[in-house]
Amino acid sequence: MKNFVTWKIGGEAGFGIISAGSMLVKAFSRRGFYTTASNEYPSLIRGGHNVITVGVGTLPFHSLHKTLDILIALNSETVEIHTNELHEGSYVVFDPKDVTPNSSDFPPNTRLIALPMSDIVKNLNATVLMRNTVALGATIALLGADFSILTDVIETQFKKKGKTIIDENIAVAQAGYDGIKKTYGSLNGWYLDAPKQPFGKLVMNGSEAVGVGALDGGMKFAAIYPMTPINSLITLFTDHKKELGITYIQPEDEIAGINMAIGASIAGVRSMVATSGGGFALMVEGLSLSGITEVPLVIDLGMRPGPATGMPTWTEQGELLFVIHSGHGEFARIILSPGDITECYQLSQIAFDLAQTYQVPVFILTDKYLNESIWCADKSVFDAPKMPQDGKRVTEKSISPDFKRYDMSPSDGISERSVPGTEKGLYIANSYEHDEKGFTTEDPLIRKSMTDKRLRKLTAIISHSPTPVIYGDTDSELTFVSFGSTKGPILEAMKILQEKGMRTKLIHFSWVYPLDGEKLKKLLQSEKRLVDVEGNGTGQLAKLIMQVSGVDIQEKLLKYDGRQWYPEEIIENLKF
Amino acid sequence: MITSDIYKTDITPTWCPGCGNFGIWMALKNALTKLAVPNHNVVIVYGVGCHGNMRDWMHVYGVEGLHGRALPVAQGIKLANSKLTVIAVTGDGDCIGEGGNHFLHAAKRNPNITVLVHDNQVYGLTTGQASPTAQKGLETKSTPGGVMELPLNPLSLALVAGGTFVSRGFAGDIPQLTEILAKAILHKGFSVVDILQPCVTFDKIHDYGWYRKRIYTVEPQKEKHTALEKSMEWGDTIPLGVLYQEQKETSEDREAVARTPLVDFPLGIPKRDDFLNMFQ
Ligand SMILES: Cc1ncc(C[n+]2csc(CCOP(=O)(O)OP(=O)(O)O)c2C)c(N)n1
Ligand code: SF4
Ligand SMILES: [Mg+2]
Repeated sequence: MKNFVTWKIGGEAGFGIISAGSMLVKAFSRRGFYTTASNEYPSLIRGGHNVITVGVGTLPFHSLHKTLDILIALNSETVEIHTNELHEGSYVVFDPKDVTPNSSDFPPNTRLIALPMSDIVKNLNATVLMRNTVALGATIALLGADFSILTDVIETQFKKKGKTIIDENIAVAQAGYDGIKKTYGSLNGWYLDAPKQPFGKLVMNGSEAVGVGALDGGMKFAAIYPMTPINSLITLFTDHKKELGITYIQPEDEIAGINMAIGASIAGVRSMVATSGGGFALMVEGLSLSGITEVPLVIDLGMRPGPATGMPTWTEQGELLFVIHSGHGEFARIILSPGDITECYQLSQIAFDLAQTYQVPVFILTDKYLNESIWCADKSVFDAPKMPQDGKRVTEKSISPDFKRYDMSPSDGISERSVPGTEKGLYIANSYEHDEKGFTTEDPLIRKSMTDKRLRKLTAIISHSPTPVIYGDTDSELTFVSFGSTKGPILEAMKILQEKGMRTKLIHFSWVYPLDGEKLKKLLQSEKRLVDVEGNGTGQLAKLIMQVSGVDIQEKLLKYDGRQWYPEEIIENLKF
Repeated sequence: MITSDIYKTDITPTWCPGCGNFGIWMALKNALTKLAVPNHNVVIVYGVGCHGNMRDWMHVYGVEGLHGRALPVAQGIKLANSKLTVIAVTGDGDCIGEGGNHFLHAAKRNPNITVLVHDNQVYGLTTGQASPTAQKGLETKSTPGGVMELPLNPLSLALVAGGTFVSRGFAGDIPQLTEILAKAILHKGFSVVDILQPCVTFDKIHDYGWYRKRIYTVEPQKEKHTALEKSMEWGDTIPLGVLYQEQKETSEDREAVARTPLVDFPLGIPKRDDFLNMFQ
């Protein structure tokens, strides 16, 4: 019996690779297993090499592992490319029509299982596109699970297409299942243990979790120009905008997007944009506008490898310093960088309140790995969303007769905010420097006090900022430092290190900016050995930490090949 | 009796004496007076340029945005609160140059907003370079030998891109411009008012007299193609007035929340359990 299995399916784009993976995730999560899936694909619509890797566990886990237990090949390339990820005793399922694998090319005891997937679909008068469903049936058999867990997801997946399609898919899956059972029925050792607590789980990708968080955070207006990796956020909003009572606009470009969102926010509606680095580069002037006009705004930035178009469908954490320094002029901002799906949801919700409270732009800094990978979380994570907080927004009833939109007196720099339609609330949201009513000014004293007022917000934010979250042994010999999605692979690496008898800890920054330098210095200085793990080539978090706290983290593990970190790689790269 | 003064602040405008912006400012206040729109229900979004300096002199909700980006901001405001009267005060450089893409796409979407294009053929605020609407041959700071290309025409662009109210006024004819602006604001859809605006400082050719000799008023055209023909008439005669008007679905109509302004919607997810079950 095993408590964790890693499964991968590969084939050409257009052959249902991704959907096979997501169905497998749902099938197991509905039965109480912990699941995740991560896809890899080139920037193409047909052809190319697509894979999705699924992890299924009986206990919670934080990221996929690199070594595969089961590899399903829908083309010969899959076998060639991924052989090095197999270990002793892995299963490889292939179609003898595609490849004739030579067992000497594989690790010892690899079980090469020929499953005539093309013939199976042909015999059932189904299309070659349904080989993925054969593979799913085969997988269920190999994992020793009950076939009904698959029929369950097939029924939901094809509900809209009707009973005939559902039955056809079930028949094809059954043939895959039987194919394994009949020929290899005696195989054992890989069967998954039943999970201890088969309770409710939700399955979604990082983008969707950000979306649900945004909706719970009161988001009502989104202007999003399509760009990998945030496209499924668009799908979520457009598919449900009617029942959700939200507006989604596809703007003509990202410049329009951020300016529309600013307009909606000025009018009193919580608004957001989402993009990747290139799109955000276009938004930068708009960011600066939200800075000087003090308009609440949430920006979801899904990082991918740059510069320029870079590798559009892959992952990286290369935008942290860009986001911190983006926008001309000096103004406050907040950067949140969720480490997993739970944080995607929670921080996205909080982002809207922070934007309202401080009247600043708030970033949700994610990446392709987090956005497009499918994750599961306990349903309880989504219970009881917080009531949205409006900060210092005034209404017709609460507005004072001498209302000044940019009142400079508050010590935290946050003034009351009216919205158009409020009788006594007239003001100018002015991109020029302005006085307390919003009128344009070039007076040196007002300029200075207005800048001070805006920058006081930064101090206020810092004083309320949470300290980084700490995982692992308090008394550690090695302390990892990270932001965003590297959290998962590090936590998994820590499990392996613990088994080896090493005490480790992770200091994770999901609140990544602004940071309290003094507090940070105290926190980091007492650590014996700091290791910074990032998905970029320059160690941007380490630079930020050095800048604010003076602590220079020498030991850095940096990865910038477009792929996420795997726990095994973190350990391989550590000096012992 | 409300007077147009209720729409002005007590700050004195800084435009050059004789600038066409004064006439446009007057006509806009007159039009709002005529329609009696309460100050707090008006939002004017300004572009950056001499035209945009109007922001400090109007007593309404104002947004001074970025150069070229008034239209996206205006659309965001209107989508958020469809009850508001939303007007964009833009320049020819601002709206047709830097923001040209937004202009085309706004016309395509047909939001219920009004855009004024202060068409003075130059970049006034940056001291007199050629704007995209500058006539061929016009000598400006950036075109000492005269503009070499033919100008872009805001009206033709608006028509081709789907604008539902396409009009031209003259800063020197305040009563007519008032009429046009009032109609534009009342029109349910994207209303374009291209306004011939003499820049007395940087364009010595196209002064009030030059326009007065050429302008005449046309009736709205029934067909789009004749309106397009009219829009391109430029030389000895220049047509003014509402060239074309039609009713089409607006951006706000298209949104699920058209009847209730978005801003009045309760926050959070309606039928939240059902929504979340989708992720099981
Ligand atoms: C992004 C950006 N680029 C350039 C400028 C400089 N700029 C300010 S106003 C202006 C042109 C104004 O011309 P127009 O829109 O025709 O307005 P006018 O002054 O003629 O009313 C320019 C280029 C700016 N403010 N922002
Ligand atoms: S420069 Fe031209 S447009 Fe600007 S205020 Fe002077 S006359 Fe008017
Ligand atoms: Mg101009």
